[in-house]
Amino acid sequence: MRAVAPNRRRPYVRSMVGWWRKNPYFVEYMIHEGSAFFVAAYALILMVGLLRLTQGEAAWNGWLTALRSPLSIAGHLILLVAMLYHAWTWFTIMPITLPPIFVAGKRLSATAITAGGLAATLLTSVLLLLLVWRLGT
Amino acid sequence: MSANLKRSNQPIFWLLFGAGGMLSALLGPMLVFITGIAIPLGLIFSPETMSYSHMHAFAHHWIGAGFIWVIVSLFLWHAGHRIFHSLHDVGIHAGTLARIICYGIPLLATVLAARSLIPSLI
Amino acid sequence: MSEIEKIIPIEVLRYRPEQDTEPVLQTFQVPFTDDMSVLQGLQYIKDYLDGSLSFRWSCRMAICGSCGMMVNGIPSLSCKTFLRDYYPVGLRIEALAHFPIERDLVIVMDDFIEKLESIKPYIIPKKPRTLIEGEYLQTPTERDAYEQFSSCINCMLCYAACPQYGLNSKFIGPGIMALLHRYNIDSRDGGKAQRMEMVNAEDGVFDCTAVGYCSKVCPKHVDPGNAVNLNKMESAKDYFLRFVMPKGTGK
Ligand code: SF4
Ligand code: FES
Repeated sequence: MRAVAPNRRRPYVRSMVGWWRKNPYFVEYMIHEGSAFFVAAYALILMVGLLRLTQGEAAWNGWLTALRSPLSIAGHLILLVAMLYHAWTWFTIMPITLPPIFVAGKRLSATAITAGGLAATLLTSVLLLLLVWRLGT
Repeated sequence: MSANLKRSNQPIFWLLFGAGGMLSALLGPMLVFITGIAIPLGLIFSPETMSYSHMHAFAHHWIGAGFIWVIVSLFLWHAGHRIFHSLHDVGIHAGTLARIICYGIPLLATVLAARSLIPSLI
Repeated sequence: MSEIEKIIPIEVLRYRPEQDTEPVLQTFQVPFTDDMSVLQGLQYIKDYLDGSLSFRWSCRMAICGSCGMMVNGIPSLSCKTFLRDYYPVGLRIEALAHFPIERDLVIVMDDFIEKLESIKPYIIPKKPRTLIEGEYLQTPTERDAYEQFSSCINCMLCYAACPQYGLNSKFIGPGIMALLHRYNIDSRDGGKAQRMEMVNAEDGVFDCTAVGYCSKVCPKHVDPGNAVNLNKMESAKDYFLRFVMPKGTGK
């Protein structure tokens, strides 16, 4: 009988602990994923506003007063930065999520898609601003 | 690899995530600026813009009600789905609790917002 | 011509299962010329410094896909990466991330091969043709639709770039999705419905969080991340349309 050689295979599985710190690309990924907390925070602020609105004028005015506190203003400045970063990264990833787009027989480049998305944000922002401004007067 | 071919239910949440992500990328920054900075500081807009009577009327119109409902719920569906996956990324395994929190809050807010808005329409 | 010989330190993650309990770094001082790839640096080590060093390679021209490794933490083809770009600081070479290490720079790729087989990476004709009926014809436009995805060389760099695969190796992953997509959108193929089962599954495309690094590291510009994300939409369509179209939502 032939002796069977002992199996020396011992595949080594590396740990994933702290994987996002190992590459700047992943660090950025984690930061833009984190923008979700700010989007959620803003939606919850609006949700509270909506509930206050249903509770009558005094409640609504209370909400408006709370929005005027320095803490709220500072918080909203942070929210603004986070929202802008979310928009920026959302459109930076967009090229990998869209099917190829052909314009005049040539495939639209990733940069063009990102630029198009950011231009759309600019446009909707201006429209929203004008609309609110008109509704207010 | 196991041959687990059970169909994923993620398409529902992924579509809500995508819609909310797109909406918040297009409108989020300006909305934050208007409601959180410009109006409270009295910049640009007339002081009446977000007064009770204005907002009350806005929420009573189906367009206004729809806008508020879509913004609040889709922003939360977007955030919930993203946070659910981020928890997995940092090694907190997407258990039932994570699922309940990440998808439960958006669901609750969607229902609550609808309940606050619909009576104002009828 | 007479160049002063330059020496570059190369740190290699060694793992010899018969003696190491875990991988250890070992540094080699390697003389090199400006035209030498990282792979040639390793070959120098094997030939002159330590014959026990193990690594895979074949074509030396970025086409066989066997020499993938982490170079300073970035998934790279070692035959397409040059030592001169790391001089004088040196570089660190490790086995492709997210795969078990068999030995030194050699990884266990069984999982990738199993997945590759499972997606039926070949044309499944809509209706088999007899010899007399001739070949399956295709227009240049129809071919262009999948060409990019057919450039994959199975190098697995995208898997080493994908944290979702690292966290959960059941995830179908980028490269396999690129190949699956390549066949699904081939005008001659009729196997889409079969392959969609894999796409729709719990460890199908929805484990992806659109990190996008896979497409950045791909040496063949396949854009595997695009294949994954396009199939999220396909899968979502399939998810809802199955109620409308009961059987075989092939298209
Ligand atoms: S998609 Fe690109 S990186 Fe991934 S296996 Fe194929 S060639 Fe390699
Ligand atoms: S040796 Fe073939 S791809 Fe590098």
